[in-house]
Amino acid sequence: MLQAASAGCKGYSVLANKVGNVANGQEMGVGPDFAGLMLAVRDKADRAAYGVVFSHFGPRVKAFLMKSGSDAALAEELAQDVMVTVWHKSAQFDPARASLSTWIFTIARNRRVDYFRRARRPEPEDLDWGASEEPDAADIYQTAEETRRLGAALSTLPEPQRALIERADFGDLSHSEIAAQTGLPLGTIKSRIRLALERLRQNMN
Amino acid sequence: MTIKHHLNDDLLMAYAAGTLSEAFSLAVATHISLCDDCRAALAAYEAMGGAILDGGDDLAPMSDDALARAMARLDMPAPIAAPKMPKHAVLPAPLQHYVGTDLSAIKWRKLGMGVRQAILPTKGKGGSARLLHIPAGQAVPDHGHRGMELTLVLKGAFRDESQHFARGDIEIATEADEHTPVAMSDEDCICLAVTDAPLRFNALIPRLMQPIFRI
Repeated sequence: MLQAASAGCKGYSVLANKVGNVANGQEMGVGPDFAGLMLAVRDKADRAAYGVVFSHFGPRVKAFLMKSGSDAALAEELAQDVMVTVWHKSAQFDPARASLSTWIFTIARNRRVDYFRRARRPEPEDLDWGASEEPDAADIYQTAEETRRLGAALSTLPEPQRALIERADFGDLSHSEIAAQTGLPLGTIKSRIRLALERLRQNMN
Repeated sequence: MTIKHHLNDDLLMAYAAGTLSEAFSLAVATHISLCDDCRAALAAYEAMGGAILDGGDDLAPMSDDALARAMARLDMPAPIAAPKMPKHAVLPAPLQHYVGTDLSAIKWRKLGMGVRQAILPTKGKGGSARLLHIPAGQAVPDHGHRGMELTLVLKGAFRDESQHFARGDIEIATEADEHTPVAMSDEDCICLAVTDAPLRFNALIPRLMQPIFRI
């Protein structure tokens, strides 16, 4: 992915391969198995498992929404909506395609677009994934690992670059809005973001 | 089908982050519907969003009764999901939400020289989207534009100076480009075009017509 750069788009598999080679010294998270918990929600409507997922992700989703400009009360309401959607759309959770944090991120992002822009968000056509086939455990593990390692790589970025990436891409600020806030010329912002992405690519290698 | 012309990092990241306008999102979603490379790249950018969300230090504690309130909502009926769109030879699902599935039912407006357009009802600032129908061998009137223009081929093909664009290919043109897409001579060409500022045509007549046709 972060390979993509000007050459166009490389596949997710590229990221997967890169990530496969990363940092053996990386700590293997010892926390709860969120994919497993979410599968219990999906397949057994397990409320206890849902409670664990809620307690972990609710405050993160709320923080994410506050970063994009919601006040605390609104962020709390929207985070509620997001976490209830996690329950209602659990049938769409496929841990081989996206880790739980990635999947919840997309729900939170869509809620934000919906609420703040009151605009439709066109979504790509669904691929036919052949629903009858059980996802491979190795795929599920690798997908979760990718997100974890990506997070580790992000955390190694120097603070200004990390902050720019987060604000440019996952806060609701356009490049020109960041320019207005930081007083930096647009060209400088863009080249710093490129530099940060470049470092991220190197860290993934 | 091999796609040669792809989305760039900026567009993919902005779409993954949800900061693109509806019109530009429509072009991105339509291209991704046809391009597995960019679909995979999008998944990777969304994974970046997931990594940032789960990054650790950013927590905003929820109120004490938050979980209880959510639990109370779980048994309410789930919102109805959008219906799954049928496969269509020309129109990928994201476009079907705007124009349906029947090409002949699209309300085209003549643009001169056989070129027709249908403006799509996207909301908000930040761009407008239209379908263009260009007769085989015909050029879209010579135009420059302010800002960025995306042109995605849905049917047929066009060439633009030195490059060739077929179904699924997306051309990303910036302000500096003066380009003249010409439909290939064997087939009419249908494109999705998104601009973030009104196109300005170089010839006087089309320029006078611009406010009328909204291109």
